[in-house]
Amino acid sequence: MSDVESLASKIPDGCLLALPPDYSLVAMEVVRALVRKRSRNLRLLGVPILGMSADLLIGAGCVAEVETSAVSLGEAGLAPRFTEAAEKGEIKVRDATCPAIHTALQAAEKGVPYMPIGGVIGSDLIAGRPDWKVVDDLLIVPALRPDVALFHARWADEAGNVWVGRRRELATVAHASRQTLVTYEELKKGDMLEDELLAPGVISSVYISATAHAPRGAWPLGVAGVYAPDDTHLSQYAKAAKTREGFQRYLEEWVLTPRKSFSPA
Amino acid sequence: MGPYAKEELLACVIARLLGGARHAAIGASSPIPATGCFLHREKDRTFRVSLQQRRAANPFSEGSRELFDLAGQGRIDTFFLGGAQIDGTGAINLVRADGRRFPGSFGSAFMYPMVPGTILFREEHSRRTLVRKVDFVSARGTPKALLTGKALFSWQPGGKRFRLESFHDSSREEIAELTGFEYDVSPDARQTPPPTAEEIALLRGPVAKLVAADYPDFARRVWGTTLAA
Repeated sequence: MSDVESLASKIPDGCLLALPPDYSLVAMEVVRALVRKRSRNLRLLGVPILGMSADLLIGAGCVAEVETSAVSLGEAGLAPRFTEAAEKGEIKVRDATCPAIHTALQAAEKGVPYMPIGGVIGSDLIAGRPDWKVVDDLLIVPALRPDVALFHARWADEAGNVWVGRRRELATVAHASRQTLVTYEELKKGDMLEDELLAPGVISSVYISATAHAPRGAWPLGVAGVYAPDDTHLSQYAKAAKTREGFQRYLEEWVLTPRKSFSPA
Repeated sequence: MGPYAKEELLACVIARLLGGARHAAIGASSPIPATGCFLHREKDRTFRVSLQQRRAANPFSEGSRELFDLAGQGRIDTFFLGGAQIDGTGAINLVRADGRRFPGSFGSAFMYPMVPGTILFREEHSRRTLVRKVDFVSARGTPKALLTGKALFSWQPGGKRFRLESFHDSSREEIAELTGFEYDVSPDARQTPPPTAEEIALLRGPVAKLVAADYPDFARRVWGTTLAA
């Protein structure tokens, strides 16, 4: 079993799995491994929105429920497998709004049961969320504690730390989750916390449960400063996934055949 | 339409709404609002434009929550929101209608009530998008204006209604036909003034280069601009 497959094996069916948006270091290699191992009944949490990772998992039948502020392929358009599954009622969607998810994760990282946020009053989102309360014109959201946070990092080091740079929502979700699983581009020797310039972008090994080496592991999404998102591939995916048959062909070509999924952009 | 692209006209209308604004934030997939903001910045260098999803040199270093924290403190005065549906009370719907599912509310439920100068922008102007009452309220707030591919409406806080201010390549009659909600009409309602020679020169010069860095497909389509240009 490869490191990536072994990381995927730590994600149990039915768990609450937190994933970042397409622009924020997605561990796509592990997402493909979840499809290959036929994960079922995953509950996805978008931190705070979701894109291609969620669309792949939904289309492959791995997902029972999604809590998110949106699912979109950005410039490539609607997320077709999410859209169809939601319209047909094949998945449950718990609609949220970005700062409510950030705040709920911040409550969990502080170890408090709930936190207030401004705005949102007047939105129909509140009626769909019996777990949200309105007190003195402030929305109170309960702490969100994902079972697993999964993302990709620019570096891991020999001390077990990972570096995500400015993608600090990944630090918040790592602090808030029971387990954090990370793939990385490159291994650095030593301990990044000893380097004053690197330390602010580090998530300490305190929060990291396991890591796996996955070069180009975010592909077809990007890693800022290393490789750009593969926009051509993303728009090919968006087109293919418009139908079940096209999506199935995509899976066979790019996901179920592991060597192809490492294809360089 | 004159010898200018529709996108250029819409960007000019946006820029003309930004007098006095200090700091605009721009969310995902909004090349025309970004163009309007960059155009305004050519005239007011103190105006700050923060693109939330910029790939290189992103303005935020505290992750995606920083935008909302800035707005919560009142440090952002201009934001742009669209909607699968927009209604005459200014409510927007990004979730669902008629059995169709849309991507979701994003940060709108927070940003709309928090940012004083929210501009609603939706290119499609039809009874499908501009409805009497949205099927789902993603967000409610007090808009500064509603701009479509056909018309500019201001918001009247007293009457809580939109007011038609100008129309582009259209007429009062056509706007009435294509709009699903009731609105007032300004006594001065007229054709939207076309871009001035100065605006066109700025758009096709420095603004096009800025826009191409973040919206390459859009810049190529409108101006034939590429990053290397």
